[in-house]
Parts: sequence; C-alpha cells; structure tokens
Amino acid sequence: MSERTASGVHITSLRTLVVVWIALLIGTWLTVTATYFDFGSLNLWIGLAIATGKALLVALYFMHMRWDRPFNAFVFLTAFAFLALFIGLALMDSAHYQDVVIPGYAPALQQ
Amino acid sequence: MASPAHTGGPHLAHHFANLDQQYQSAKLGMWVFLATEVLFFGGLFCAYVVYRANHPEVFLYAHQFLDKRLGALNTAVLICSSFTIAWAVRAAQLKQVRLLILLLSLTFLLASGFLGVKYIEYRQKWEHGLLWARRYHPEVHLVQEGPGHDVEVPGAAPPGPGAQAAQEAPVTPAADGDADRSRIADAASGPVGLAEPMPASGEHRVVAEPHNAQVFFSIYFLMTGLHGIHVLVGMGLMVWLIALAWRGAFAGGNFTRVDMFGLYWHLVDLIWIYLFLLLYLVH
Repeated sequence: MSERTASGVHITSLRTLVVVWIALLIGTWLTVTATYFDFGSLNLWIGLAIATGKALLVALYFMHMRWDRPFNAFVFLTAFAFLALFIGLALMDSAHYQDVVIPGYAPALQQ
Repeated sequence: MASPAHTGGPHLAHHFANLDQQYQSAKLGMWVFLATEVLFFGGLFCAYVVYRANHPEVFLYAHQFLDKRLGALNTAVLICSSFTIAWAVRAAQLKQVRLLILLLSLTFLLASGFLGVKYIEYRQKWEHGLLWARRYHPEVHLVQEGPGHDVEVPGAAPPGPGAQAAQEAPVTPAADGDADRSRIADAASGPVGLAEPMPASGEHRVVAEPHNAQVFFSIYFLMTGLHGIHVLVGMGLMVWLIALAWRGAFAGGNFTRVDMFGLYWHLVDLIWIYLFLLLYLVH
C-alpha cells in the first residue's frame, strides 16, 4: 500500500522519485546524443518526442498528475490545445503571405 | 474515498468545508496559474516556430554560438533540482521538517548553479557582441565572408532552372586551404543573399552567416531571460519557504505551500527541457 497523508493525499515513494530522476537524466543524455546522428528532418521530431517523454514523466510523477484529480490535468492540457491553435494559425498565416510581401524573403518556402 | 471528514483545525480557512476541499481548491488554482504560464511562454514559442519555419538557415547558423555542453549541464542541474523539490514535498507531507529544510536549501543551491552557468553563457555572448536586434555586432564569424558577398546585384541572377539546380546541388565542402571561398552558395540561390536555403534532406550545415542572424539572439535572450526571471522568483519563494519551515510552519503537516511551489518549480524545469532542445540542439 502506498503512503498517504492524514487528509488522504497520495505520497510518492522515494523509489519512484529516484527512478524518474534517473530516467530524466538518461533522457537528457539521449537528446544530446541524438543530435550527433543525422536523421534529416526527423531530428527535430525525434528531439521533440524525447522532450515530450521527459515532460510527461515530470508532469505525471514529479507534479503528481497521475494521482491527481483528472480535472486539474484537463485544465493544464487545455492550455496546450490553445497553444497549438495559436501557433498553428500563426504558422499558416505567415506561410501564406511572407514571400508575397517581400519576394524571396523566405527562402525555405516553395514559391 | 480514503479522506476522512474534517471538522476544522488551525489550518482551515473559514470559507472551506474541510481541509481536503481547501487543498483541492489551492491545487486547482495552481494548475490554472500554470496553464496561464504555458500561454505566457507560448507567445515566445510562437515567435520561435514562425521564424524558424520561415528562416531555418538563421537557426542553423546562430545556434552554433551556443555551448551545447553548458546547456546540457544546466538541463541536468534543473532536473536534479526538480528531483530535490519533489522529495521536499514528500518530506513536508511526512512532517520531516529538517529534511525539508535541507532539500529546499539544496534546491536553492542548484538554482543558483543554474543561474551561474547562465551568467557565464550570457557574458560570453556579451563579449562577442552576440546580442539582440540592433545590439548584434558579432566579433566572431564562423566563416569569413568573402568580398562582395553583402552586395546584392539586381538582375544578376534571374531565378530559373539553373538557380533551382544550384539550390538542390549539395554544397561540397571546400578543401582546408580554401576555406575563404566556395562554401558559400552563389547569389543564384536566393535574394536573401548568401543564406543557403535548407535542403529537405538536411545534408549539410549552413556555414555562411545569413542575414538577420540577430533575430535568433533576440529570441534566445527573450526566452532564456523570461525563464531566468522565473528561476529568480522561484529562488525568492524558496527563501520564504525555508524561513517558514524554520519557524515550524510545516511541523503540523500543512504541506500545501510546499506542494504548490513544487508544481511551479517543475513547470520551470519543464519549459527548460524544451528551451534546451529548441535553442541549443538545432539540427
């Protein structure tokens, strides 16, 4: 049985904390190591996948989300939904006008 | 539910029915605050994404001025501080006040270490003129630009099939004695000057300094600066928590404040995980 406080809040065991800590350090090493290999445009996505894995470990265990009320997680994840909307629309917008305003200003874009 | 009903106590504010409700309200409020923090940083992440999508060459070039090792060290330092603060929350829950003070102090030291490394990095940028916007006067160039490369010759290179071919052909690295020329793509590759467009395959690094490299440093200083301010605020809060713990505020098991601070500190760590990847490890 897991430990609990007098008010019934779950207490994370020290073993869990240590395991997550080591996993995060290994994840950091992995992120750095991955940049020495060339996967082309996949490099960014591999890096983001590892970073998101680390972020999930922090949120679920260090931030206690796994034992928390789901509504708190919902509130937090809502921010990311709006962030995706915000960045996505800004990206679509800039992709449509930037090379028109200044021809050739955005060399990465197909013209 | 395992939580027993509460009939009040010294820590219970009068407008809450019981300690559990009080704790859950604090927690919900904290998560709402963290959501606004994500959106706060989100504006800068948006600037980053839009600029990188349109000008990958700026990021490929300028990130080489950041020290990966120092960035990785700082990531490890913050992860360790996240671990110590998570342990501190556990100590507060178990009423281990001395351990709590020790762990809070350790976290404070790690945070100081983080800012110390950040100071070394900022000073290097300052000395080399690698600053934001109009303050960008780099003293070091990774590759000396040849004469005349700043000049745009109108009409000299009309875009056409030839220009397209020049863009797609992989740039062959120059021989060692010949570093001054030929690594830089010719003017046909785009009116941006000599910034090479990033090939889809990502086969080579950009070595010529692209235009507007200062934008990378503007974004770098804004993102790491805002993050650094959060670390500073966190250190202030840690001093406050240590003082409270010293006076015995957590001896009775009222760990809410330590818990809420832990959430804040983990978010600061979480944001750094992405900053490290996006600023230092551009590929």
